[in-house]
Amino acid sequence: MTKLLTLISRRSFLEGLNLSVGGLALGVFSGGLAAAASDASTAKGAPGLNPNVFVHVAPDGAVTIVCARSEMGQGVRSSLPVLVADEMGADMARVTVAQADGDKVYGDQNTDGSSSVRGVYDDIRRMGATARVMLVAAAARRWKVKPEACEARDHAVFLRDGKRSLGFGELVADASRLPIPKAKDVKLRPKSELRMAGRPMPLLDGPAYVTGTAVFGADIRLPGMLIAVVARPPVVGGKVIRFDATRALAVPGVKKVLELPAPKPPYTFQFWGGVAVLAENTWAAMRGRDALDITWEDGPNASYDSTTYREQLTASIREPGTVARNVGDIDEALASAARVIQAEYHVPHQSHVPMEPPVALARVENGTCEVWAPTQHPQAARGVAAATAELPEEKVQVHVTFLGGGFGRKSKADFIAEVVWLAKEAGVPVRVQWTREDDVRHDYYHSVSAQQLTAGLDASGKVIAWRHRTAFPPIASTFGQATRPSPADLQQGVLDLALSVPNVRAETCEAPPHVRIGWLRSVYNIFHAFSVNAFVDELAHLRGTDSRDMLLEVLGPPRKASLQELGITALRNYGASVEDHPVDAGRLRGVIERVTAMSGWDARKANGRALGLAAHRSFLSYVAVVASVVKDDQGRIRVDEAWVSVDAGTILNPERVRSQMEGSIIFGMSIALHGAVTMKGGVTEQSNFRDLKLVRIGEAPRKIHVDIVPSELPSGGIGEPGVPPVAPAIINAIFALTGTRIRELPVSRTLSV
Amino acid sequence: MTVRVRINGEEKELDVDPEMPLLWAVRDVLGLTGTKYGCGQALCGSCTVHLDGQPVRACVTPIRRAEGHSVTTIEGLSPDGNHPLQKAWVELGVPQCGFCQTGQIMCAAALLAKKPRPSDKEIDQSLAGNLCRCGTYTRIRSAVKKAAGMSEE
Repeated sequence: MTKLLTLISRRSFLEGLNLSVGGLALGVFSGGLAAAASDASTAKGAPGLNPNVFVHVAPDGAVTIVCARSEMGQGVRSSLPVLVADEMGADMARVTVAQADGDKVYGDQNTDGSSSVRGVYDDIRRMGATARVMLVAAAARRWKVKPEACEARDHAVFLRDGKRSLGFGELVADASRLPIPKAKDVKLRPKSELRMAGRPMPLLDGPAYVTGTAVFGADIRLPGMLIAVVARPPVVGGKVIRFDATRALAVPGVKKVLELPAPKPPYTFQFWGGVAVLAENTWAAMRGRDALDITWEDGPNASYDSTTYREQLTASIREPGTVARNVGDIDEALASAARVIQAEYHVPHQSHVPMEPPVALARVENGTCEVWAPTQHPQAARGVAAATAELPEEKVQVHVTFLGGGFGRKSKADFIAEVVWLAKEAGVPVRVQWTREDDVRHDYYHSVSAQQLTAGLDASGKVIAWRHRTAFPPIASTFGQATRPSPADLQQGVLDLALSVPNVRAETCEAPPHVRIGWLRSVYNIFHAFSVNAFVDELAHLRGTDSRDMLLEVLGPPRKASLQELGITALRNYGASVEDHPVDAGRLRGVIERVTAMSGWDARKANGRALGLAAHRSFLSYVAVVASVVKDDQGRIRVDEAWVSVDAGTILNPERVRSQMEGSIIFGMSIALHGAVTMKGGVTEQSNFRDLKLVRIGEAPRKIHVDIVPSELPSGGIGEPGVPPVAPAIINAIFALTGTRIRELPVSRTLSV
Repeated sequence: MTVRVRINGEEKELDVDPEMPLLWAVRDVLGLTGTKYGCGQALCGSCTVHLDGQPVRACVTPIRRAEGHSVTTIEGLSPDGNHPLQKAWVELGVPQCGFCQTGQIMCAAALLAKKPRPSDKEIDQSLAGNLCRCGTYTRIRSAVKKAAGMSEE
């Protein structure tokens, strides 16, 4: 635990920072927690109670709680440590939240897959409970009573008769001498005793954000540091043939020009290669890069053209693919159907564009490597840094700053590999700063997709056949050989879709990769939720049925759909068991019913409103969205109001759940209305927010209503599940308003937005 | 070459290229890191500061344009983070990742200085150049109105 407190000495290495000592901005730096501090005896250097790597109680009663997940806007630092404190009985006013370095002692730190609360809820409580049990045991000994006669609350242990109490600080010395109970022997509080969990919690880092003292990736300076800006190959797999750095080196402030080695496929988290300009300040580095004269060899991906590729994917989904889900006999059912309806859907590549472009700082010296980075995946960053620096992991520290947005981009450690290589080669600390153009052109893009949905209706109009073909270059292609989605990839909205249809088949179709494919907030659910919800809306209109009723009919009655019913042998299920997290049609129906009630769905025609509905299960949560669209006085489509109902099981911090749902509406609107990255000659055609449009404040709905379903079921995800239903809700509303059916995103390709 | 600028009330002499954008002078030379780089082309507003009280995009403003003028960054907006906008922002939990928020607040502060009770349309127009990828826009509108002492609907 000593190391937790070394942030004070570490701070002396950091220049030029207006760090407040209030613990907010400073709390970002935990220093190294490389050594496992898993028993209290290791706290010798820093006296106090330290039952595990997450909790420390100092002799003065000050509590430090470690947040091991990265803060990227989801509010994890305002949530998980509060749960630990709640379980302990600690007062948040006396708690400092420290940010963990990348280290396996914390378990999984990958801040990804909407996984920070789900799956770890009870484990993280146990960290606080262990400290509580020890503090209570110390008090019980002092009073010569049984522990059951005591309770911990308000940063103290009280005798239940209310006559005596001892503050945590007064108990630390005794408690730290007690044996640490085994996790399985630690009993959690009854949920009724939790005072903060499940209630709105304040935004811990709010003051740091609004005063500019929150430390992001580019905000740390080391003595002697240089700033690097890199000219990367414009096409994935391209190489430098020759370059001339004369003019770059003539720019005042430019110190060095270094050529990075080219990566070999698969690209994984390797850097791109290219030529780096290292300078005393960022502007000089940018000007230096502009002055480079480089000849590139583009390689085979120079043939990548988004228009041609769209046709290739379309051809692919018109042929049978690899079967990933099968119920009944789809061919027979389609052949015998009274009516067959088919539609094809296209969604282009998307980019992450977090407001903070990739940036990282590294120092490689004396056989050690230290990295400061806005990373979603601190342990992967550590592994990549170690491999790049050619050092064992224990010689590498990765300190996690605030992330200026992540959305999946900052899970990838390519920019960390890049900065470590540069720092090692340059022999001085280096911060690599990606420009916005670098970010847009060298992303791990959200995959481009094409889908074909085919339904067979019997003479009464009932859906008796449902075939879903999907083609997209999978993320696996970034990490190995893959030219079509695997059946497991279809867990995201295809396999886990409960359907009350007797004949169902899902197929994956060929889609070779030409760029690095990565995961973007809600991943493949984006296009699967889009096609499924749009198609159901099409069926509803063709049959003359209300869209909500059609959706409920296709989903079928409330039930937990078994693998057998779904026609699959396994479901990845976001890493959770189907026993704990079944495919629950009842919960999806529930959010549909709630969101339509809240939005005045049944009165929409009388009220003259064009509403669209969509619902989707992802990351073990169930979300339904209703969007209202209007045409403004210039004839542009606007989303003027939106309603969200979310069933994510047990909720830790409803305030941040609301903010995530609000953000999901805006994020989903950007995908629906504007989002598109296209390639020509293997080069990304967009470069900055001029040609890569995001929703701005004037487009934001005047009101976003969020409904959270009360539930004690195991927690599902929050950061991502709000996104998938947004785009289909909008395009269904657009159909209601205009009669134009959007089957290709973004809407801006078809209508004025 | 030396450029004389008044930053957050203090006279500073900076030995920099006069063409260096104010953003990089503020961040790299003065170490005031609350002003953020988001696009470099005045498209996202993350770098918004005040030049004689007017909001400008520091990423496209050469430092020479600030010569002899007064620059305010987020660090100088209020003595201890208690500007009505900063308070409203915290109370309403506006920030998500926080990165764009200092630029949003600087832009909103310039608006309120000019229009103490702005309409929704005026808020939207003033902040049209400030992107937020997390999607905090509806709360930004509420917080500006709260700071202006206007009741929320």
